[in-house]
Amino acid sequence: MADKFDIEQVRKDFPILDQQVNGAPLVYFDNAATTQKPQMVIDALNHYYTRDNANIHRGLHTLAERATTGYELTRKKLKDFLNAESTDQIIFTSGTTAGINLVAQTYGRANFSKGDVILVSNLEHHSNIVPWQMIAEEKGAEVQVIPVDEAGVLDVKAYVELLDTNRVKFVAVNHVSNAIGTINPISYIIEQAHRVGAKVLIDGAQSVAHFEIDVQALDIDFLAFSAHKLFGPTGVGVLYGKRTLLEAMPPYQGGGEMIKEVSFAGTTYNELPYKFEAGTPNIADVYAFGFALDYLKSLPKNAVWEQEKALLDYATEQLMQIDGLRIVGQAPEKIAVVSFVIDGVHPQDIGVLLDKFGVAIRTGHHCAQPLMARYELVGTCRASFAFYNTKSEIDLFVKALKRTITMLS
Amino acid sequence: MATINETQDELIEEFGLFEDWADKYEYLIDLGKKLSPMNEAFKTEENVIKGCQSKVWLHAEKHGDHIVFFADSEAIIVKGMISMLIRVLSNHTPAEIMQADLYFIDQIGMAQHLAQTRSNGLVAMVKQMKNYAVAFNAMA
Repeated sequence: MADKFDIEQVRKDFPILDQQVNGAPLVYFDNAATTQKPQMVIDALNHYYTRDNANIHRGLHTLAERATTGYELTRKKLKDFLNAESTDQIIFTSGTTAGINLVAQTYGRANFSKGDVILVSNLEHHSNIVPWQMIAEEKGAEVQVIPVDEAGVLDVKAYVELLDTNRVKFVAVNHVSNAIGTINPISYIIEQAHRVGAKVLIDGAQSVAHFEIDVQALDIDFLAFSAHKLFGPTGVGVLYGKRTLLEAMPPYQGGGEMIKEVSFAGTTYNELPYKFEAGTPNIADVYAFGFALDYLKSLPKNAVWEQEKALLDYATEQLMQIDGLRIVGQAPEKIAVVSFVIDGVHPQDIGVLLDKFGVAIRTGHHCAQPLMARYELVGTCRASFAFYNTKSEIDLFVKALKRTITMLS
Repeated sequence: MATINETQDELIEEFGLFEDWADKYEYLIDLGKKLSPMNEAFKTEENVIKGCQSKVWLHAEKHGDHIVFFADSEAIIVKGMISMLIRVLSNHTPAEIMQADLYFIDQIGMAQHLAQTRSNGLVAMVKQMKNYAVAFNAMA
């Protein structure tokens, strides 16, 4: 572990950052959509396909052995990263969405019945709403919503009331809102859900890149997140679950890998975690993902959080000085995301012009239409930061934004 | 009345005057601002083309042999694009519109707005303009 956070060195570790876009230096502020990859991850992908590629688990030859070891090593790193009880509880999926659907379609199908209530929050991404609506419809259960206040803070009092006045079987909330950055009090949410016997799924897509999650300390039932938002490759997701829950769940998809024995008289299923990993998995990207975790571990403790906090404070302060600009989501507990709107200007126009200045932000509803409806907005502009961003990039962004507003008004 | 290609060539010439992207976009934004307002009565659910980020409304009428288009958008850059598409395609016969090859968009350096298939509804709008031509042609 390095002693000191060296931003110059860190930026060199992410080769994509050093480029011109539309004739201007790239300012990448779309980290909530996907993060960039350190050289170690890119090298690992290259190494895997150059030296180790083989199908895993069944082959007896050397390459199969190497590929299997590499793939399983990432599972081990994830167990440590999350402080999970065992590697059996780390299931590889294709992403957060796939993990949530897996739980909805297996745990949900086996456990929900008519009249049960599933709670989601008004802050959720569509990925943590639609899978619950689908299974609720199938089982005659009902999805109810935990409200948020004007600042973007979850109404915990209303949450407790919902728990006490309904037959709540399940709670699905994000740790951090993708659209406005609110950090939810998941420890309390989980404690309260458990008090009434409900299970909880935490959508960790937006939190894992920013702070550590200890699944045992938080008593998390299920946690889903994506590698690509954690400086790893696209196409890999992680689902953590408590052992008793995972063991009781029926398999999701049938196929290779997930079986113990197959005959036409009947099939027995493999053990955890393979029961939920049908077919050849995304071996190369899982392998390379392990290096993203190593990279994070090599950074000084708290450096990520401190750097991002400084960026959030600076960006908020700079943006507040722009006439007609309003920040959407001002929760006291926030990650380094600033969502904003400008009077009389459509977010899409801002996004198009900022791109011309080399600045990448996200505009639109951020796949959180119910939240946009809560604020009566068609969408927002969202700048989301990672530890490799700098204050001078914020200066470039603010300068470009001011010019953009002038052009549009 | 200029042909579709004559109007496209005019636009290419106009945009050729600008040296940097900012001037081009300021002109495009200006075109958007000057787009004739669409009659609110035409802004129906039926006439809406939903992009992922912004809506476009498109209405078409047959005036004699010609189709006249009316359109609007929530986003000003999209409106600028709409203004050019109307200038190029409106007041032409269904056959002319059906056959039109819209090369000007690429040549003025605005192809990215048609590449963003999900975000702004412009691709669907061009398709819908052609669909109107096909429909009016079939009715004739």
